[in-house]
Amino acid sequence: MTSYGRGLRALSLTTIAIIGAAFALVFFYAPLDADQGFVQKIFYVHVPLAIVSLCGFVLGGLLAIGYLRSGEARWDMRSYVAIHMSLIFSVGGLITGSIWARASWGHWWQWSDPTLVSFLIVVLLYATYQPLRFSIEDPERQSRYASVFAIVAGAFVPLNFIAVRLAQGFVHPRVLTLAGGHLPGPMRLTFAVSLMGVALLYATLWKYEMAAKSARMQVRALRRALLGEDAVRPLRRSAAPS
Amino acid sequence: MSTVLAILRKDLLLELRTLETVPAMVLFSVVTFVIFHFGLNRAAIDGQLAGGVLTVTLLFAALLGTGRLFVAEREQGGFDAFLLAPVDRSALLIAKALALFMFLAVLEVIAVPAFALLLLGPPLWPPLLGLIAVLALADVAFAVVGTLVSAIAVHTRARDLIGPIVGLPLLIPPLIAAARAAGPLLAIHGSHTPSGRWLAVLALYDVVFALLAYAVFDFLLED
Repeated sequence: MTSYGRGLRALSLTTIAIIGAAFALVFFYAPLDADQGFVQKIFYVHVPLAIVSLCGFVLGGLLAIGYLRSGEARWDMRSYVAIHMSLIFSVGGLITGSIWARASWGHWWQWSDPTLVSFLIVVLLYATYQPLRFSIEDPERQSRYASVFAIVAGAFVPLNFIAVRLAQGFVHPRVLTLAGGHLPGPMRLTFAVSLMGVALLYATLWKYEMAAKSARMQVRALRRALLGEDAVRPLRRSAAPS
Repeated sequence: MSTVLAILRKDLLLELRTLETVPAMVLFSVVTFVIFHFGLNRAAIDGQLAGGVLTVTLLFAALLGTGRLFVAEREQGGFDAFLLAPVDRSALLIAKALALFMFLAVLEVIAVPAFALLLLGPPLWPPLLGLIAVLALADVAFAVVGTLVSAIAVHTRARDLIGPIVGLPLLIPPLIAAARAAGPLLAIHGSHTPSGRWLAVLALYDVVFALLAYAVFDFLLED
C-alpha cells in the first residue's frame, strides 16, 4: 500500500511558503490596476482557483481511466479525491469571480462572459458526481460508474468551453486570457506565483485526504483482522472501498 | 450488426405493443407548449424565443424518454440475459441510442406541427428543411448522451433523480447550439438555412460523445 503521508510535511511547508510569497507579491509588489484599482487583486486568487479546479476535474478523469484499466480501487479513490477537491476549489472560484464581477462590472453575475458561464455549467455537472456516486450501493459498481462519469465529464470540460465561447460570438472582448496575454511583467510574475501556490495547495490537500482515507482503510483492515468481520460496520457515504 | 437490429426490433416492438414512452413524451410536449402559452402570456412567439421554447421542451421530453430506456432490462433481467449472450456489448448502446433517436423523431413529427399550430407566429414551411437538420443533429446528441446517462442512472437508488440532474448539464452545449440555430429559422422573415457554425458545433458534439460513449459503455455492463 502506498503511503500518502510521505513527504507531506515538506509539501505543506512549501505550500505555505509559496502562498505566503504570493500574498506578499499581491499586496506589496503587483501594481494597482489603472481601471479597477484594488479590487483587481482578487484576480490573483480567482483565476488560479478556476484554472486549478478545471485541471483537477480533467485530472480526475485521467485517474479514472487508470481505474478502468487496472481495476484497482486506489485509482478510483485518487480520482474521487481529485474531483472532490476540485469541486471545493471551483466553488471558491465561482464566489471570487462573482465578487470580482460585482466590483468591476457592477453585477454579481454576467451572462455575457463565456468563461464564467462555461465554468458554471462545469460546476453544475460535477455537483452531480457525489449524488450519483453515493446512490449506488455496491462498492465495486460505485467505483466503476463514478469512473465512467469522471471520464465523460472530463472530456466534457473542454467541449463545453468551446460551445459556450461560440455562443457569445467572437467579438466579445476577453477580460483576461488564460495565458495572461496582456499582463505587464510584475503582474505576470505575481500571477505565476499565485497559480503555483494554489496548485500546490491543491496537491497538498489532495495528499492529506488520500493519507487520511488510506489510514482509515488500514485501521479498518486491522480491526477486521483482530475483531472479526462483524466488528467493523460498513462505511456509508465513503469512497474508501471497505 | 444483427445484434443491434435484434435489440432495436425488440425495443420498437415493445414500444408498439405497450405504447408507454412515445405517447407520454408527445403529451408532455403538448402540455408544455400550453404551459408556455400561459407562462409567457403570448398567443404567438417567434425568433429566439420560439427556438428556445421548442428546443427546451424537446430536451425535457427526451429526458422523460431517457428515464424509461433501460427500465425493462433492469426489472426483467434483460441485462443478465444480454451479458450471457456471446455478443458485442456495444450493440446494446447502439441499439438503445437508435431506439431513443427514433422515439425522438416520432415525437418531433407530432410535436413540431403542434408547436407551429399552438405557439409559432411565422409559418413553419419555409425553414422546415433547415429545422429538420438542426433537430436531427440535436436528436443524435440527446440520444447518445441520454442512453449513456440512462445506463449509469438505472443502477442507482434514486434513478429518476440522477438521470435528469446528470443529463441536463451534459446536454447544455447541444441545447445552446440547437436553440441558437433554430432561433433565426423561426424568426419573422428569418433565414431559411441554419447557420453552419451551429450545425458544426452540434456535429462535433455528436461525434465526440458518440466515440466517448462507445469507449466507456462496456464498463457499465460488467459483472
